[in-house]
Amino acid sequence: MAWFKKERKPRTSERVKLEIPADAWEKCDECGHIDIKDRFVRALNVCPNCGHHRRIGVQEYVDLLVDEGSWHELDLELKSADPLNFENYRERLQAAYKKAGPLDAIRTGFGRLDGMPIDLGVMDFAFMGGSMGAVVGEKIARLAGRSIAKRIPLVIVSASGGARMQEGVLSLMQMAKTSVVLAELADKGMPFISILTNPTTGGVSASYAMQGDVILAEPGAVIGFAGPRVIKQTIGQDLPEGFQTAEFLLEHGMVDMVVPRSELRDTTAQLLRHMTGSRPAEAAD
Amino acid sequence: MAIYTLDFERPLLELERQIEEIKKGGGADLSKEIGEIEAKLADLRAEIYRTLTPMQRVQVARHPRRPYTLDYLRMVFADFVELHGDRLFRDDPAMVGGWARLDGTSVMVIGHQKGRDTKENLRRNFGMAHPEGYRKALRLMMLAEKFEAPVITLVDTPGAYPGLGAEERGQAEAIARNLIEMASLRTPILTAVIGEGGSGGALAVGLADRVLMFENSVYSVISPEGCAAILWKDSSQRERAAEALKITAKDLLDLGVIDEIIPEPSGGAHTDPEAAATALGEALKRHLRQLRKLKVEKLLKRREGKYLSMGALSEK
Ligand SMILES: [Zn+2]
Repeated sequence: MAWFKKERKPRTSERVKLEIPADAWEKCDECGHIDIKDRFVRALNVCPNCGHHRRIGVQEYVDLLVDEGSWHELDLELKSADPLNFENYRERLQAAYKKAGPLDAIRTGFGRLDGMPIDLGVMDFAFMGGSMGAVVGEKIARLAGRSIAKRIPLVIVSASGGARMQEGVLSLMQMAKTSVVLAELADKGMPFISILTNPTTGGVSASYAMQGDVILAEPGAVIGFAGPRVIKQTIGQDLPEGFQTAEFLLEHGMVDMVVPRSELRDTTAQLLRHMTGSRPAEAAD
Repeated sequence: MAIYTLDFERPLLELERQIEEIKKGGGADLSKEIGEIEAKLADLRAEIYRTLTPMQRVQVARHPRRPYTLDYLRMVFADFVELHGDRLFRDDPAMVGGWARLDGTSVMVIGHQKGRDTKENLRRNFGMAHPEGYRKALRLMMLAEKFEAPVITLVDTPGAYPGLGAEERGQAEAIARNLIEMASLRTPILTAVIGEGGSGGALAVGLADRVLMFENSVYSVISPEGCAAILWKDSSQRERAAEALKITAKDLLDLGVIDEIIPEPSGGAHTDPEAAATALGEALKRHLRQLRKLKVEKLLKRREGKYLSMGALSEK
C-alpha cells in the first residue's frame, strides 16, 4: 500500500501551505492521519479518521463531565512529605509541580452532571505517571468520605502506572486506605463509577479502579495489573495483538462497557440516574 | 542442601567445617575444643545477623530452607484440613488454605506457598499466585466469616504473577476485590509476613486488623531489583534500592505499617524452624485473644481507622 500513501501525502502538505499555517495541523500517532488541529480538539482529541483516543488533561475531563460553572475543587494544599527521605524524590516532585501543577497525581472536587450532584476525582498521568502516593490516597479517601457524608455518587477517572515507588510500602498501603473507605461507601449504598483511561495499571488497577459498581473504559486504553513490558519479560515472548486493551478486558468480562469519549458524559449520567433512582433527563421538569 | 548458602554466611561455613574436621579426626576428648568453636560460631552468627543490611535480609527472607506456610501449619496449628479451589477456574497451588486449630479454637489459615525444590516450585509457581489463588483466599475468608472464625494469613510471595493467563482472568480485579472485601469482613483478620511481602500480591491477603512481621522478613511495594532497574537502569544496584525502599520489619514498624516484630532464632528462621514456629504461635495466639474480645463493629471501625491514617502528608 506504500504507493497509495506516497501519492496522498505531498498533496495534503501542499494544500497546508496554501491555506493554513503549518502549526494548525496535527497528525494522529496511531494512523498517521493529518487534520486541522481544531478538528482534533472539537472531537475531544479523538482522531477523526481512526478513533484513536489521545491522552487529555484533567481539566478536559472536568469540562467534559461536569456542568458548566458547577465545579468546586477540593484539597488544594496536600503535599507528599517524603516519608522515606528517598533519594531524589524531592527533586522529582519539584519537577512534577513545575510540569503538571501543584496538585499531585489527582485532582478532586464536586459539581453537577446533568444537574445531579457528583464527587469527581481525575488522575493526572502527567504528574509522575499518575503514580499513587499518600496524596492520591488521601484525596480519594476524603472525596469518598464526602460522598458518604453527603450521600453523593462518586466518579473517578483513572490514569496511572501504579503505586509511587518513592513512598515505599506506604504507597502500597494507599491501596488498602482507598479500599476501606470505598467499602464503607458501598455499605452505604452510594454508587461509584470507575472510568479507566490509558493507562491504568499496577496498584491503581488493583484497588479503586477495579472496585467500581460500574467500570467504564475508553477505547484502546491499556488496562492491567502488570505492565506489558514486565509480562513480556516474564514470559519471554511478544504479547498477542490487542492484549490488555479496553476491548480485551470487555471481552474477558473485566469491564462493563468500552465508551468513546464523546459518549462518556451521557453514559455516566444515564448510569447514575439508574443507580440513584432519578428520572431521565428529558422527563425532568 | 547446605544450611549456609548466602554469601555473607561464608565465615560460618568455615567454622562448621572446622568442627566437622575435628569430629572426623576422632581421638581423645575433643568436646572442649568443639565447644569453643561452637561458641565462636554462635557469637559470629549472632554478630552477622545483628548487622544485616536490608538486601541481606531480603536474601534471608528468600532462603530456600526458610519455613513456608505449610511448615507453620504443621508446627503451629493442629487439626488442619486443606481446602481447594476458587469454584470458578481451578485450584492455585501457590495459595493454600483451610481450617485449622489454634489455642483450641477453629481458625481459617490462608497463605502463599513456595516450593522446596524446582519441581515443586514449578507447581507452586514460586509462590506467585494467579487470580484464582486470590479468589480461593477470598472464598475461604468468607467461609470463615460465615462460621464466625478468625482469619489468619501468612504472607510469603515475590508478588502476584505477571503472565498472560493471570491478566486474562483479571489479576487486578482479583486483588482489588480482596481488598474491598477484607476491609469489611466481619471477623478478625490477623496477618504475619513470614518471608517475602511482595507488593500487591502480598497485600491481597494482608489487609488486616493486626499485621506482624518476622524479624528477617521484608515487605515492599517493589522488589529491590525491580526498583533499581527502573530508577537506575541497573538491577545490580539492588543494595541501594533495598536501603532506599525501607523494607525491613524495623522500618515498617517505624512507619506504622505493622504492629509487631516476631523475633527469629539467631541465624534466621531456617536454622531453627521449631523456635521460629514457637515464636509465631505465641504472637498469633496473643493477638488473636485481644482481637476476639472486640465487638465486630468496633473491630471494623478500628480496621478502617488504621488504614485511613497511613501515608505521610503535609497540608498548609
Ligand atoms: Zn488516527
